Formats: sequence, C-alpha cells, structure tokens
Amino acid sequence: MDIPDTLVRKSEEIFFSFPPERRESALVPLMFEAQRELGCITPDTEHWIAETVGVSLVKVREVLTFYSMLRRERAEKFLVQFCRNISCCLAGAEDLQRHVEKKLGIRNGETTADGLFTLRYVECLGGCSWAPMMLVNEMQYYQLTPEKLDRIIEGFRSGRPVPPDEPTPLLGNVGEKIAV
Amino acid sequence: MTSSNGTRLLSRNFALPGQANLDTALKRGAYEMLKRALKMKPEEVTTVVKASGLRGHGGAGFSAGMKWGFVPKDVFPRYVCVNADESEPGTCKDRLILEYDPHLLIEGALICAWAVQAERIYIYVRGEYFYPTRIVQRAIDEARAKGFVGENILGSGWSCHVHLGTGAGQYICGEETGLIESLEGKKGWPRLKPPFYPAAVGLWGKPTIVNNVETLAFVPRIIEIGAEKFLSYGTPKAGGPTLFSLSGSVNRPGVYELPTGVPLKTLIYDCGGGIKDGRRLKAVIPGGSSSHILTAEECENLKMDFESVVAAGSMLGSAAVMVIDETVSIPRLMVWMTRFYAHESCGQCTPCREGTGWLLRLATRILEGRGRRRDLDDLYELAENIDGKTICALGQAVAWPTKSYITKFRHEFEALIQE
Ligand SMILES: Cc1cc2nc3c(=O)[nH]c(=O)nc-3n(C[C@H](O)[C@H](O)[C@H](O)COP(=O)(O)O)c2cc1C
Ligand code: SF4
Ligand code: FES
Repeated sequence: MDIPDTLVRKSEEIFFSFPPERRESALVPLMFEAQRELGCITPDTEHWIAETVGVSLVKVREVLTFYSMLRRERAEKFLVQFCRNISCCLAGAEDLQRHVEKKLGIRNGETTADGLFTLRYVECLGGCSWAPMMLVNEMQYYQLTPEKLDRIIEGFRSGRPVPPDEPTPLLGNVGEKIAV
Repeated sequence: MTSSNGTRLLSRNFALPGQANLDTALKRGAYEMLKRALKMKPEEVTTVVKASGLRGHGGAGFSAGMKWGFVPKDVFPRYVCVNADESEPGTCKDRLILEYDPHLLIEGALICAWAVQAERIYIYVRGEYFYPTRIVQRAIDEARAKGFVGENILGSGWSCHVHLGTGAGQYICGEETGLIESLEGKKGWPRLKPPFYPAAVGLWGKPTIVNNVETLAFVPRIIEIGAEKFLSYGTPKAGGPTLFSLSGSVNRPGVYELPTGVPLKTLIYDCGGGIKDGRRLKAVIPGGSSSHILTAEECENLKMDFESVVAAGSMLGSAAVMVIDETVSIPRLMVWMTRFYAHESCGQCTPCREGTGWLLRLATRILEGRGRRRDLDDLYELAENIDGKTICALGQAVAWPTKSYITKFRHEFEALIQE
C-alpha cells in the first residue's frame, strides 16, 4: 500500500525517540500520527505498522482497540467531542446537549446526513474550569452557550471556523501580578 | 510573593507575553535553576527537594524527594516520566503549565533527571490535549536547539533526552504503571504489585520516576528560593503552594495558586466569588471525582492540605474542587460520576469491569424513578465489593465517592424510589 512520505518521515522521528531496541514503544504514537494523516487506521495501515514496528498484526489490533481515540473507521469531516462529565454538567452541559442534538439533528455517535459532523459525548476533556467545553477535531472551545455553539457549528459549515480558544484563557489568580 | 489572597510562585509568568517561547522565557530566568542544580551533586538536589516538603500533585500526595531517593544504586539506565495525562474530572491545572510555561516544566523535569541520573525524559500528554501538545513539542525542540536538552547539557558532560509520549484517550494511562505500559507500546493495563515502586522497577524494567506536571514545575522554584522558604508556603507536612482547579457552581471558576492548607472557604468565597446566583452551598467534592463528597457543614472550617482533608473524611487528591449548590441532585451527580468510571475501567479486574457498569445502571435506574428499595443497598454493597479488591486504585476511586454520596444524601435517593 502507499504510505505517504510525511508519515514515513514522522515514523522515523518517533522511532528515534525510543532506544533502538524498543521499537515496539512506537506503536501508540505511530497509530496516532497515521490516523491524523489518513483519517483512520485501515487494514492496510495495520499491516504497514506491524511490519515497520516489527510486531504481529494481532498485537497491533490489540493495542489499537484499547485506545478510545484510535479508530478503524474514518470519522466524518468534523468530529465534535462534547463533554458531559461533572464540571460541565454543573455548568449546564445537559441543556446544551439537547441544543447541540437539535442543531445538528443527530444523537450521540451519529453523523449528519451531509456527512459533515459526527457527534460524540466524552467524559472530561480537562477544561473543567472553563465548562462547558468541547473539541472539534483538534480545536478546543470553552464556556459554551447556545449562541456560541451555533456560531461554531455555522463557522465549520461555511468553511470559516470560529478561532479556537487557544491558548486556554487565564481564569482564576494564576499569572496575576502581586505585590511582593 | 505572598499576599492575602495567595502565592503565585509557579504561575508568576503565565500572564507575561511570550513566556512559552524560549527566547522570552530566558530573559525571565528560564533554565538558570538547571544551571544551579548542575553545579550541585545529584544527591544534594534530592535532599533539598525532600526538605522542601514537596508532595505529589497528581493525586496521591507522595513526597517527591522520598520517591527520588528510592532509585536503587547501580541500576542503569534510568528514566523520568512526566505525567501529563490530566484526565480526572475537575482537574484542569496541568494544561495551563503546558500551555503557558512549558520551559518551567522541562527545566523541572531535567533537574529531576539530574538528581536521579536519568538519561531520558518522556512527557506523556493525554491525546485530547492537541494544543498543549503542540506547545510542549515546540518547547522541547527549542530547548534542544539551545543545548538545554540532549548531549552534554550546558557543558556538564551529562546527557539527557526529552521526548513526547502520546496518550490516546484512556484515563487509566494516568495511573503510573498504566502510563509506563502505554509508553512501552502496550494497552495501558496497570501492573500488578509488587514491585511497588516504578522508581525501582519501571519503564522497560528500569528505575523510573513518574511525577505529575505540577510537581515537577515546582522544582526550579525550590532551587531558586530554597527548601525552607518553599516549605513556608504550605504546611509543615506539605511544602509550597497548590494549584487548585475550581469548577462547578461558583461565580468565578478558574485555577488558583494558593498556599497548601488554605481554608476551603477562602477558595470558594474570596477567590471564587461565592456560589452562583446567590444559591446555598450544598456540598463540595474537594479532590477530583475520586474523592468523597463533603457536606456544607463538613466544609465549614476545612483547610486544604492532605492531612486536614483526610481528617474530614475525604482526600485532597488532585486539588480539583467541584462546588455543588442546593439545586443539584446528588442522585444525578452519581450518574455523571459513575458514568466516568464505567467508561474508563480498563477491564483487567472483574470487580471493577463489571462493578462500574452495574453502578451506572443502578444509579441511572434510580434517577429515572425505576429504582427498587433494595437498589440503594445493592449500590452500596457493589461499591464495597470493588473497594480494595482491584489491581489499581481506580476501584477505590469509584467506590469511595459512591459510598459517600449514598451515606450522606440517602434521603435524596430514597425520595426517588417509589415502591
Ligand atoms: C486511575 C488513576 C488515574 C490517575 N491519573 C493521573 C493523572 O491523570 N495525572 C497524574 O499526574 N496522576 C494520575 N494518577 C496518579 C499516578 O498514578 C501517580 O501517582 C502520579 O503521577 C505520581 O506523581 P506525583 O507524585 O507527582 O503526584 C492517577 C492514578 C490513578 C489510580
Ligand atoms: S481497578 Fe479497574 S482500571 Fe484498575 S486495573 Fe482493575 S479493571 Fe483496570
Ligand atoms: S468535566 Fe467537562 S471538561 Fe472536565
């Protein structure tokens, strides 16, 4: 199969980050990068990974199926990972959940008819002080309201994404200047 | 560096522009403490860290200096793993360090590596942290280009490489032996104990120090101000400040750096601006989703250090404080909480794998008004049967809060049970 050069180069970098006799350690990062490049881990990619790492195919699949972010099927264009754990729910994520379902016309795990969005509920994304939060592909969005959510979805639909909240805004007293 | 509302020791540069870039960080003294540490003997560094009272900020609160001291003599190579898996609901402080001051973390990890004479550092970042990962990767590359990382660091003759590790969506890879398994290219199943300490037998069977991001980011500050001064920012048993992740029903959620041992009320009312919409406080989860819930009365005079929170019947854990107001239903909270653990159980031990699923099903049934009288006792008994009967601490992490919700708010569950 054709593995893109960029991925091959990336794999060399990954191998380099481990002692030479520990090629197996490259498995998770390699799959992560392969998925980034190709959208998912296809059977062909599994074979390539097994070969280049030097482990059995069964081993590749065992690891692949353990990690929830790794997938064997292509996700749709925009993967919306919407948090519904404690801090987000305390900040109104359950109401917002109904809103996002209505807005997209889909439920957890489904994909919109136009193939643009897949909705997935997740349990804590580490943005609890900025709740409610979600990720769209690799972009982080915080302090969601129905209006902000609509703007973000529309932005992706129209090809002009709302800039993500990067870096995470400073809330609380961290970084505040204090009298010495 | 202290004021009535806190101590900004670790986070003092977060708000300054460009702190994540090496050139700017250097102007503010980045890597100066590495230089100083490299002039000390490795054991001396460990001694200072031990004396500073620095305790782990990842959850267990273990003395950092003591852990570093567990590395057996004469076994090489050695490794340092930075635990940046930050996945416990409520906890969101490490991401700020990664995003705003990655060089402080790298410097701290290098000082740790010098102290234990490690040759490689892995920074294991959770997969969902795309943006923080990019920042840390860039910081590692910059530091390598300037000779702070790699061969013969700053002409000391000592070499240490720093690499990124990749999480891919499993909370269990935050458990230190799960993290190590994952780094070895396996599924992140926590290891059976003994051996008890990765410091003796860790990555690829070699001595490995696993420390949380915040723990290591404090290390350069300890070298800077000295152990005694650092200790004075906390309690005699837990030196230095703590980054508290404040979330839930407060007016000003956020991450607050405060002296360890600060009164909980200072955090919630002075810092957090009190309860949202003028409501009453019902309860607090003081140390991440794994900790026992405390009622408003129990919070009254609570101080936020390891010993005090344990004495109050809970734990400081990752210092993630989730505030719960009078309108929040505890049976509903039970569903959110158990859903997390049912989702995150790695499946290795039967009590945890089956038990977490059952907890969630029973909790959901009760919340939806389909509960039976004995469900509540079953729920408690299930938790009891998980507690202490599993390979890793995830078992108790779901059992403890479950039992505390039922014991302290039994009437709320009973009110939902019809028959
Ligand atoms: C289920 C489970 C999940 C954990 N997740 C994390 C985590 O995300 N980050 C972390 O630093 N420690 C986590 N820990 C604690 C680690 O096992 C370990 O104690 C910690 O990384 C040690 O660093 P410290 O001493 O600096 O706190 C977790 C523990 C358990 C049992
Ligand atoms: S207690 Fe749960 S998470 Fe921990 S090893 Fe056992 S099954 Fe896995
Ligand atoms: S609970 Fe939603 S980000 Fe932590």
